[in-house]
Amino acid sequence: MKKATPINKDIPEQAYDRIYKQAMQRQEAFLSVPGPRIHIGTATCGIAAGALETRSAFEEALAQRNIDAQIHTVGCFGHCYAEPVVIIDHPDSGFPPIFYPEVTSAKAKMLTTLFLQEGDPRFEHILGATVANEMIPSIMDFARFNQEKRVVMEKCGQIDPENIDEYIASDGYSALAKSLQRDSVEIIDLVKKSGLRGRGGAGFPTGLKWEFTQNEQDNETIVVCNADEGDPGAYMDRTILESNPHQILEGMVICGYATGARRGIIYVRAEYPLAVKLVTHAVEQARAYSILGQSVLNTDFAFDIEIFQGSGAFVCGEETALIRSMEGHRGAPRYRPPYPAQKGLHNLPTVINNVKTFACIAPIVNKGAQWFRTIGTKQSPGTAIFSVVGSVVHAGLVEIPMGVTLRTLIFDICGGIPDNKQFKAVQIGGPSGGCLPAEFLDTPIDFDSLTEAGAMMGSGGMVVMDEDSCMVDVARFFLDFTQKESCGKCTFCRIGTHQLLNILARLTRGEGREGDIDLLDDFSVDIKNGSLCGLGKTAPNPVLTSLRYFKDEYIAHINEKCCPGMACRTLTAFYIELDQCARGCDLCEACCPVEAVFTTSNRKKGIDQALCVKCGECQVACPPDYDAVRKVSPAALVPVIEHTG
Amino acid sequence: MAKFIVDNKTVEADESITLLRACLENDIYIPNLCWLKGMADAPVSCRLCFVEIEGEEQLTSSCKIKVRDDMVVKTDTPAVRRLQKTAFQLLMSAHEINCKVCPANKKCELQKIARFLKTGLKPKNMNSHLKEISADMPPNPSLDLHVNRCVLCGRCIYTCIQKQGQSQITFAKRGIDTIISFYGAPEVLSATCSECLACVSICPVSAITLT
Repeated sequence: MKKATPINKDIPEQAYDRIYKQAMQRQEAFLSVPGPRIHIGTATCGIAAGALETRSAFEEALAQRNIDAQIHTVGCFGHCYAEPVVIIDHPDSGFPPIFYPEVTSAKAKMLTTLFLQEGDPRFEHILGATVANEMIPSIMDFARFNQEKRVVMEKCGQIDPENIDEYIASDGYSALAKSLQRDSVEIIDLVKKSGLRGRGGAGFPTGLKWEFTQNEQDNETIVVCNADEGDPGAYMDRTILESNPHQILEGMVICGYATGARRGIIYVRAEYPLAVKLVTHAVEQARAYSILGQSVLNTDFAFDIEIFQGSGAFVCGEETALIRSMEGHRGAPRYRPPYPAQKGLHNLPTVINNVKTFACIAPIVNKGAQWFRTIGTKQSPGTAIFSVVGSVVHAGLVEIPMGVTLRTLIFDICGGIPDNKQFKAVQIGGPSGGCLPAEFLDTPIDFDSLTEAGAMMGSGGMVVMDEDSCMVDVARFFLDFTQKESCGKCTFCRIGTHQLLNILARLTRGEGREGDIDLLDDFSVDIKNGSLCGLGKTAPNPVLTSLRYFKDEYIAHINEKCCPGMACRTLTAFYIELDQCARGCDLCEACCPVEAVFTTSNRKKGIDQALCVKCGECQVACPPDYDAVRKVSPAALVPVIEHTG
Repeated sequence: MAKFIVDNKTVEADESITLLRACLENDIYIPNLCWLKGMADAPVSCRLCFVEIEGEEQLTSSCKIKVRDDMVVKTDTPAVRRLQKTAFQLLMSAHEINCKVCPANKKCELQKIARFLKTGLKPKNMNSHLKEISADMPPNPSLDLHVNRCVLCGRCIYTCIQKQGQSQITFAKRGIDTIISFYGAPEVLSATCSECLACVSICPVSAITLT
């Protein structure tokens, strides 16, 4: 690949300057409008929490009160616990821009009247100011904000994903302009020096992958962005696509230039309709701005991007299955080597990178490999994005420098476990990952440390579990998932995961047998060694890690028919402690959906075990003053209470 | 020609052929189901033909690698046998074991592998999982499919493409429910299939039979 030669003596820098100036003018025009500005996060998570209703409420209230304010829809801030998130910038009030969490329609109407009209920001509803000031504590005083390091998500929640000008005005596509003035080898060198590793899970060095493809340059090459995110509880890629699609496009164009490709494809799940819509829109805008098309930024480099929608098979996130699926075949993996970098889509060399990997490229080009290496660890430079869900106070997307410990992430940044419960385990890496117990909380988060501990970085799903979860049941849940998502091609994954699931399901039903633990271990090792693709090879990980760290729970399930987490229904039972039960109180009886609660002769309550479905409603209904409903495991511990006496 | 060692025996074979083929042609049996001579791209799906190659950490599928000079191959190490036995037993756990009424009896590939691996047909420690036969499968007037005999090797699909240019058989569904299925209009299937029968003769377990 030669250095791109400019057409009409116009270098890409000038072409970029033109669109940059244009974007800045539009941006200034937007900012020069007097009056308040209301920024509403409207990615899928915000919408699910009611952001659209919030927006209508603002619009309605503004019209009613005749207030001139601009509503600005932005992507996702990553603070799911606080959705719908609204930032109100009301310069005339004298207050700095304020971050409001959980803005419902009612709150929106209230804020319109009291803040926008009367100037009272309602301190009780504020999370913080977005800038340091004298009046209101800044959000940056909170760990959830100040311990993050945003590289990929820097602009998420700040800009309107539907407006390319906002991306350009915040230096977007400047990295592309810079790249086009350099030799493609130089760019690959830069990516190699940055130490960037693929963010899809396995952590293969991105620069090396690009180099392999570049070495295959006799042929046309293809750039594919893998946005087939499917791990349960993981939604980083969706959020980035919905909040800042242009950063991904920019990374892909730079990659295309570096590897000599003319064609890029974004493989995105059809289950992400908003992401599909926004990315398609972004591609159209980029074409209109000559960022995609026959001459990228007026150079003779041609590159275009198309969108391919995957139809719901988890296995298509595996790169060879993804290629098969794009070729129109059944989404089933094939044997590697040859790797896609040598023979990929239609047998052409194909670079396949994750959404987050592409999103790292523009910052690396702009700020340099050295800068990137200052973030994170020596072996895993840069940041990691996790969707932290489960039993944590501040769930959501968190971008942290690699090397931060799990403890810092879960307890400092995400606020720890709610309801005074104890931490039990953290599941990292989705169905391919593993569960780590409390002893591993000081493990630094990077590719190698997590793999060593038995989990894996994965694409960034993280589920935090408290004392109420059962590790056998968690393993069962993930095996149920992989078993359903197996493509059915190879023997070990197709039938092996099914057999594993059978044993686990038996354990959770209290039908465990002696020898089951060895059986689980043997099957898991064989499936790991024998499966064809990454899905099968990693499918037993949830079983292997929970066996390693929570073996006592397995033993309790088998020997005592006891579920220590009291989560497996067949192994638990509810009963009423007669000493604490209040005479004449009917709350538990009233709420029982199956009429399993009966009244004893002395007007206290008992539970008919034959009828009870173990929903736990009675325990919730029982007033804290009595606290008479007990849950026990094994179920045989339940004292017998005579129905009539 | 490449000269290499398999189980302490020197073997010579053309460099263009796979290790599995070279072994089979030199009377070294390696269990296999999904591979067929002449396949350009083996599906590597049955996971039986593992071998150990000196210098390589992991076991290798012998249907996928080409022979090369001086390679040292072992086909009967404990690790190889362990994986082969598990794979075989897994296949058998989803196979209807009723040899007496099966037309494949005595020439069945599964019986051969069981004898070779010195293992029983009925797997220990595994639940038998037979598929329910759904009524909505596209019918083929000339052929019957026995989904619970089928080991999903895909030989029929490959052979059908070779004979007919385009396969009349395909994999359908996924995971443990994966089956092979005919597709296309019954008239077309009737006309082509009753003449050809290539899939019937290639099936290692008599999962496709004449009606």
